[in-house]
Amino acid sequence: MAAQHIAEVEAGVGDTSRLAAKGVTVGYGGRIVIDELDVAIPPGVITTVIGPNGCGKSTLLRTLSRLLKPTRGTVVLDGDDIVKLRTRDVAKKLGLLPQAPVAPEGLTVSDLVARGRHPHQSWLRQWSSDDVAVVERALAMTGVSDLADRPVDSLSGGQRQRVWISMTLAQGTDLLLLDEPTTYLDLAHAIDVLDLVDDLHESGCTVVMVLHDLNLATRYSDNLVVMREGAILAQGHPRDVITAELLHEAFGLRAKVIDDPVGDRPLIVPIGRTHVQLG
Amino acid sequence: MNGPDVKPDVKPDVKPSVAPGVRFGQVSFVWRPLLVFVTLLLAAATFLVFCVSIGVGDFPIGLSRVIATILGRGERVDEFVVMDLRMPRALAGLVVGIALGVSGAITQSIARNPLASPDILGVTGGASAVSVFLVTVSGGTATAIVSSVGLSAAALLGGLGTGLLVYFLAWRRGVDGFRLILIGISVSAVMEAITTWLLVTADIRDVAKAQAWLVGSLDNRSWGEVRIALWCTLVLLVVVASVAFQFKPMHFGDEIAAGLGVRYSMVRAVLLLCAVLLAAAAVSAAGPVPFVALVAPQVAMRLARCPTPPMVASGLVGALLLIGADLVARTALPISLPVGVVTAAIGGPFLVYLLVRANLR
Repeated sequence: MAAQHIAEVEAGVGDTSRLAAKGVTVGYGGRIVIDELDVAIPPGVITTVIGPNGCGKSTLLRTLSRLLKPTRGTVVLDGDDIVKLRTRDVAKKLGLLPQAPVAPEGLTVSDLVARGRHPHQSWLRQWSSDDVAVVERALAMTGVSDLADRPVDSLSGGQRQRVWISMTLAQGTDLLLLDEPTTYLDLAHAIDVLDLVDDLHESGCTVVMVLHDLNLATRYSDNLVVMREGAILAQGHPRDVITAELLHEAFGLRAKVIDDPVGDRPLIVPIGRTHVQLG
Repeated sequence: MNGPDVKPDVKPDVKPSVAPGVRFGQVSFVWRPLLVFVTLLLAAATFLVFCVSIGVGDFPIGLSRVIATILGRGERVDEFVVMDLRMPRALAGLVVGIALGVSGAITQSIARNPLASPDILGVTGGASAVSVFLVTVSGGTATAIVSSVGLSAAALLGGLGTGLLVYFLAWRRGVDGFRLILIGISVSAVMEAITTWLLVTADIRDVAKAQAWLVGSLDNRSWGEVRIALWCTLVLLVVVASVAFQFKPMHFGDEIAAGLGVRYSMVRAVLLLCAVLLAAAAVSAAGPVPFVALVAPQVAMRLARCPTPPMVASGLVGALLLIGADLVARTALPISLPVGVVTAAIGGPFLVYLLVRANLR
């Protein structure tokens, strides 16, 4: 179903995506990072944006989440121009987790996750019973229920990232945008977090991630968007997109693409100058 | 409820402990017993010290008589002493303490740094420069300003103006906490230089007057001076209270706050303006009393075991600290000292403690 949808989007047929960028140009102080870019995020799948440093992948994510305003073009969320929507309304539909989030010292896990309910609260309704139920469920879904009373800064990197994802879940959105959720984690914890993200997508979330690690991106996404110098080079299922030619074109990387021995996706084996035996 | 459904194999029997709530119909708040208890205790302690402070003087009045007089059931001679002579000073202490405590809590929350205080926003430096100017410089403009607006109000406007200057200098597509601190410290340094120059070039008698003001004191406060600070503080506290809820996600940074639906630029601008005005009002009434705005939020945070400075408790600790320090300054030592000396004596070591803790981490 996901593959069919992606094919439809590429053919320009059937615009069932909830989040899309149309002709978007974004820059920082005179320097243009993304130029007239079109991308549609297919619903119900994990889309990962990859590309070399400085290609604009983080910029794209931040534009999609309304942190940055495009100088040209629009970002469309459920048919509305995202810039024209109220910040609160966007927060009820779209959950964003930026890179390296920080929490005040001593804040407990349950208090941090509870803060995710903010778009649904007001000055007089700061902690309704609905909020309690959603927070408990969010904690359970990421498996951090038994850590609820602990201060966030006493947790390991992997646990902390689960807690932050839990906070984004408590927002009650089914669109999740994650900016490099695994960059500061060791491989075991990174796999852990991505397995969790996959669980979430299985239960109906649409996920858009920026990832640094190409092999993790290949294994965990259904839709890869490869960027280079502010434009999309290729888009589609990892099996269709990841080729040695593309890796060279996008990253300047010499690599061999083989079948992942433990999965059904391609595996990228980089070829450097040394420690390489080419048969 | 929108959002993803729970997976079937999630353990349902582990019930996580989330904060309890207090609810009346649709209205609901998080119940934090320790914070509520500490706040009530601080309020009681502040009232007590307030009354003791009124009772102390050449004509000592016992605590019960002070309370009776405040409630309107005292004797006439007590009423004159309490309400006309002593109340302005005590009230000044209360209002200035609360204003400094809340201003400090706001500044430290926005800067996300326990070493921040409204002083670094340039407010105290600006107010000081204006006050010293008006005291030491004789001549048409100075006397005109003093007679029309009054020294206090002029100091308040000087503080406000400097605070706004710092904000606009720090603005570049939004205000960054770090840049705000840097620009604030620079502007404060410039203001201090101006003040020093004014002192150096002034008449020696005027210098003594200016120096006395610069230490920070509650001596000889008139109702006029207290009134401005009182009304400013009350109005600003209402504004802070109405915006405080929107500020909560900002402790996680601008990006997460925006993701949670907060218009962080506007909220931060409003709160900074309140912090600047509160500090300016405080300085106009009591001069630049050092360290209260730095110490009060940190003490309140530690007492209530909060991860971020609690607004109400910080104000109360500020009041307690200021009135208490004034009491000590007047009674504990053979000569009567201005309150700024005592707050510096307490605040200085506390700042060193904060620095050491920050370095050790």
